[in-house]
Amino acid sequence: MSMTIPWYQRLARSWQLWVLILPALIYLVVFRYFPMYGALMAFQDFDPSSGIFGSTWVGLQQFEMFLNSYVFIRVLANTLFISLLTLVIGFPFPIILALMLNSLGSRTVKKTVQMTTYLPYFISTVVMVTIIMEALHPRSGIITLMVKALGFPLNNAMGDPNAFVPIYIISGLWQTVGYSSIIYIAALSSVDPCLYEAATIDGASKFQKIWYIDIPTLIPTAVILLILNIGRIMSLGFEKIYLMQNNLNLQSSEVISTYVYKVGLLEANFSFGTAVGLFDSVINLSLLLLVNQVMKKYNGNGLW
Amino acid sequence: MKTKTPKGTKSDILFDIAIYGILFVLFLIIVLPLLNVMANSLSSANASMMGKVGLWPVDFSLESYRMVFSYKQVWAGYLNSMIITSLGTCLNLTLTLTAAYSLSRKDFFGGTVLMGLFVFTMLFSGGLIPNYLLMRDLKILNTWWALVLPVGISVYSMIVAKTFFQTTIPLELHEAAQMEGCDDFNFFFRFVLPLSGPIIAVLTLWYAVDHWNSYFNALLYIKDEKLFPLQIILRNILISNKVDDLASLAAEDVEVRQAMAQVMKYSLIVIASVPMIVNGGRTAFIN
Repeated sequence: MSMTIPWYQRLARSWQLWVLILPALIYLVVFRYFPMYGALMAFQDFDPSSGIFGSTWVGLQQFEMFLNSYVFIRVLANTLFISLLTLVIGFPFPIILALMLNSLGSRTVKKTVQMTTYLPYFISTVVMVTIIMEALHPRSGIITLMVKALGFPLNNAMGDPNAFVPIYIISGLWQTVGYSSIIYIAALSSVDPCLYEAATIDGASKFQKIWYIDIPTLIPTAVILLILNIGRIMSLGFEKIYLMQNNLNLQSSEVISTYVYKVGLLEANFSFGTAVGLFDSVINLSLLLLVNQVMKKYNGNGLW
Repeated sequence: MKTKTPKGTKSDILFDIAIYGILFVLFLIIVLPLLNVMANSLSSANASMMGKVGLWPVDFSLESYRMVFSYKQVWAGYLNSMIITSLGTCLNLTLTLTAAYSLSRKDFFGGTVLMGLFVFTMLFSGGLIPNYLLMRDLKILNTWWALVLPVGISVYSMIVAKTFFQTTIPLELHEAAQMEGCDDFNFFFRFVLPLSGPIIAVLTLWYAVDHWNSYFNALLYIKDEKLFPLQIILRNILISNKVDDLASLAAEDVEVRQAMAQVMKYSLIVIASVPMIVNGGRTAFIN
């Protein structure tokens, strides 16, 4: 039916929907697409007083400067290492938690554990980092004292470059495992109870039910989240890392986002900072497209 | 293949025990640190600084809370954060619900293209510095607009809302309303919004938590101390150990200031986190 109606009539017919979406559209153009255009300054020697139109174009000079700078390898390696570990370690735990909670018979226990594990998510990054710093305080930190009581040496964990990544990842897991499991629990609640009953009649053990019913149910959700997470691999959260940084651990805690903030904004190297950020975005986008293709080919689940 | 033997049920029991055991340990891992923070906030500064406090307050004292309550900056920040969070969340809800509803309609001409425009912003962004320069050019640096406008809509939340509309607003309802001569505006405000209680609750929670907890945009865009949201003030006290205007004490001495920061730390953590934790718990409970 709609095929026979000319496009301008169909457009006219949905004008009210266009009006409804207009505010969001304006927002999108001004606050999301305009900065993308602004990112062109990565190819310029940007001069704040003359703007994008007046600044001179320098091609890839800013990118070359970053690739040749002595921090490049370290910043890139830190970013990749922290993100990959976060992904590899952070990805399976929420799934395991959801599977365990789903297999429980008691609803009260299930609700209680679910609610408690979900609470730390609501703690702000500033507070979270404070709790970490207090717990690892060289003299009074409760974790420091516990580790010492067990006979291991632990002095200033926050100042130890080797300890930075484990602290970052474990605390992240503590804070988000419950929250991240919600989406899997929701997916599991869509399983038809008849399947479990049929499996019980066939003599399946609890573990077999998880293996043959629950895990296949979760795969599409898991794949989509995995792709999205890989797409964010390089855009590592600035907030927590920046707060956890200090001069002692900088060699393993300086990542692209913190570097862009310091060099690009605080030291006002606008073009250079933009180029570094753009480098980051492009790698993210390519990784996402790549993983999406691979997933679609081998398992049929993709973002589009 | 396998028949239901007593052995099978026995292994199920073992499996259950193992899972209850693991979940109990997990429960403790999550709860004990929170209890430790609570206990510290109710202990004397001395006990807390010596690391004597475990799960129960040592030398019970409310001094730390008393100090926070008399510290004006914290309350100014609290108020600022409440205003920013309300303002931001209202804007977020307006943009998200209207966009999500339009995009949820199959007969929306141009919907697929617009959806593409939205999704692309999830994958690619201009970056920190172009955003900063945009705020500068819009002349909203050092105003709360710079905290609220750049995070006007989360595309992820918008997609969740769109899916909600597609699955819970019956097609027949829309057709019937159309027959009665109800246009899209009327349908959205009189039928869709009243049916969207659960999704509005979830979106409100997500957006409010994000506004309340974020400090990054304020770090970038706000220089005027009077406009600081709570998280920036917390960062100054908790992480940088900077205590500036103590109402009760003219603390010029750096060491005294650091000690004050130390005393206030735990009660500040509790006071700053309670609103969102309660909020989150309540929403989780309702849903």
